[in-house]
Amino acid sequence: MGSSWEGRHSMRLRLTVPVELFAIGLAFLLGMLVLFLTGYPPFSALWALFRGAFGTRNAIGQTLTQATPILFTSLAFLLAFRSGIFNIGIEGQFLIGAFTAALFGISFRGLPFPLHAILALFSGGFGGAVYALFPALLKVYLGAHEVITTMMLSYVALYLTSYFVNYPLKAPGWVAQTEPVAPSARLPRILPPTQLSLAFPIALGLAFLVLWFLERTVPGFSIRAVGANPEASENRGISVRKYQILAFVLSGFIAGVGGGGEILGVHGRFVDGFSPGYGWDGIAVSLVGRLHPLGCIFASLLFGMLRAGGMTMTRVTKVPLDLSLIIQALVILLVAAPVLIEQLLTRRRKPRRSEV
Amino acid sequence: MVVLSVRGLTKRFGEVVANDHIDLDVEEGEIHGLLGENGAGKSVLSSCIYGLYRPDEGRIFLRGHEVHIASPFDAIRLGIGMVHQHLTLVPHLRVWENIVLGREPRRGLRVDRVRAFAEVERLLEETGFRLDLAKNAGELPIGVQQRVEILKVLFRGAEILILDEPTAVLTPQEVDQLIETLHRLKAQGKTILFISHKLREIFALCDRVTVLRRGKKVGTLPVSSATPQMLAEMMVGRKVFFEFPRERLAKEEVLFELSHVFTDPPGVPLQDVSLKVHAGEILGIAGVEGNGQSELAEVVVGLRKPKKGKVIFRGRDVTAIPPKGRILQGMAHIPEDRHRRGVILDFSVKENLLLGFETEPPFRKGRMTLDFARIRDFARQKIQEFSIVTPDEDTPLRFLSGGNQQKVVVARELAFHPLFVLACQPTRGLDVAATEYLRHILLGVKREGKGVLLISADLDEVRALSDRVLVMYEGRIAGELSPESDEYQFGLLMGGKALHEA
Repeated sequence: MGSSWEGRHSMRLRLTVPVELFAIGLAFLLGMLVLFLTGYPPFSALWALFRGAFGTRNAIGQTLTQATPILFTSLAFLLAFRSGIFNIGIEGQFLIGAFTAALFGISFRGLPFPLHAILALFSGGFGGAVYALFPALLKVYLGAHEVITTMMLSYVALYLTSYFVNYPLKAPGWVAQTEPVAPSARLPRILPPTQLSLAFPIALGLAFLVLWFLERTVPGFSIRAVGANPEASENRGISVRKYQILAFVLSGFIAGVGGGGEILGVHGRFVDGFSPGYGWDGIAVSLVGRLHPLGCIFASLLFGMLRAGGMTMTRVTKVPLDLSLIIQALVILLVAAPVLIEQLLTRRRKPRRSEV
Repeated sequence: MVVLSVRGLTKRFGEVVANDHIDLDVEEGEIHGLLGENGAGKSVLSSCIYGLYRPDEGRIFLRGHEVHIASPFDAIRLGIGMVHQHLTLVPHLRVWENIVLGREPRRGLRVDRVRAFAEVERLLEETGFRLDLAKNAGELPIGVQQRVEILKVLFRGAEILILDEPTAVLTPQEVDQLIETLHRLKAQGKTILFISHKLREIFALCDRVTVLRRGKKVGTLPVSSATPQMLAEMMVGRKVFFEFPRERLAKEEVLFELSHVFTDPPGVPLQDVSLKVHAGEILGIAGVEGNGQSELAEVVVGLRKPKKGKVIFRGRDVTAIPPKGRILQGMAHIPEDRHRRGVILDFSVKENLLLGFETEPPFRKGRMTLDFARIRDFARQKIQEFSIVTPDEDTPLRFLSGGNQQKVVVARELAFHPLFVLACQPTRGLDVAATEYLRHILLGVKREGKGVLLISADLDEVRALSDRVLVMYEGRIAGELSPESDEYQFGLLMGGKALHEA
């Protein structure tokens, strides 16, 4: 029997990456087919997309800028998921984080540069964490399912922040936005003239930090244990409640830092509707990244590339932005959906004793 | 006359050869035992005969003619019926409805209920079974339900019956009744293939026995010329020690105590459960499964809070202390369902060995970080000490055999010299070799002057290992017996009868 389990085990590891690359290639191919059928030149469109994503210094900056918020949100989703929590309200925590970071950046003027920015970023994380604490407590103590609560709280966050920037905190002018944050709270741009800011290396570092946390620390180990088998964890004295709350709150924290990074790095103020759904995208990115922090880096780069390249492609050729959206959707369908289904199925399936 | 004959039957699952060129001859009108450890290939062989699996090689003959059995329908048509280990009755259909289900006499498109009932009654008469046909199947005791299953198969005209480990779910009395039933069927000319890994049943029932080991046939012999020792050695492939010398080592010191414990549902409510485990003692809990044993185990380790009563460990009241505190004070738990409570299948061997100790100093460096070099060394040491068969410590537990998974649990639970071990169904699903190993481990724990609370549905196991035995019935302690008491007394208590009623 020896060889059989060894074989299956290593086969699994060996297969996932090629299968995934194949699926991504297939998504591109199908996207091009759609273009061809609708009368656009598929190859030049694809070429424009790639050029828009990697062709120039600016293009690369754009790709990385677009990858940054979804790297944060995908890591946030991943961390909660590893504890068995399905935090699909990352958008809400992201927005609250962005909002608190903006407030912190606007106020406390006079704090010196790195300190103000760091504290503003942390306050964003703190806002996200607090916003995740509600559904965490509802889940753990009242049994309210987090899918419902977090999704509803996302809309609460969306309209709440929107209200504030439209009314009490609106800066003079036509646009619904706050006053700009103090220059001392801004995250420096690292590839001018693009919008790429220090938020990107921070997100990158965070991915490695999350990996280290999950694999090498006591709470990380406990979070994974609780997510993989709550009953066995309970039996071994690992509190499911405690670690699910911790993972939920950390997830909200990361999402909040992501929101703060977007405000302090890119926009410089809270603009109504600045997020095209980075929180929701994070879920898909996380799944495409196979719920692994390093996978999230690659998946967020892929999605960032599609976004940045797509915008350039639309400007340069007449191909509508929809191509990159279609490819994005196909990637999600072909890569993320199977991962999710597999995860949910293995979670549901009760292990059974069996006799050969 | 040979009624069923199998030649060179081979069945592979991937690289695993579950049946390797097996020959089998079953005589008409005999009870033929099929004996082997878990994983020996008994169930696979019978499933091939019944058409549930298609063999990769080999031929099956029925009364000398080759037959191709592609599905259970073919098997039933040829007069082969199978009673599965897990009962398949519909609980809220009546007994007679269950029997005719799938083969109802019809009148037009409608079920002819009158004729169906009459046919079942005639079958009862012919076979001499006694049953209340009008009862709902779900209301019947398991042993009776199994009789209904047998009737179901007979109703379909089976001449050859395959019974797959039918006694696994029965009390000793029910086993006796089953044996009687099968003898009667034999007298009526039926042929029976009886699958088991319990030697006692083979001796009580079978005319001849075929022993399988690791997918291969070891031999067929008349039971009258066999001894238990001989068959066991054929099964395992080496000398086996069944009899453990019973050493009286119990001291005065009470290690663990439950005092008048009551619990609420969910689950079977415990009612006034009291017990004491002394140092150097194995206290056994016998009983048919589902009579509160799981709930008792949960109370012992702290997963369930008693409504009333106390849990006392090493002289201290630990009723309010959660599992972690009890583990750190020296309590170990081998859970009944290891996949559910014992291990994390997606975690590596190493991580499973660490589970629950991750907060403890030897495995930490600094406050929060794990010392993976230490953990790896610890894992390797345990893998060697308990001869856990695994490619390395990083292999996910999912890929280990059941016996090796259980060894991981035991290695972890005994790693820090617990004073008290709760062992629930510790050898369930394990083969003879792993079972023997585990029993030696438990006796070793006792010999070191520690206490063991052994909960097992396997009465032979409880009796072989324990110094004293409590029998549980419907959430109560029905009585205490010496392990040497005769089986009949155990059966009475397990069936809910007080001894004086007998």
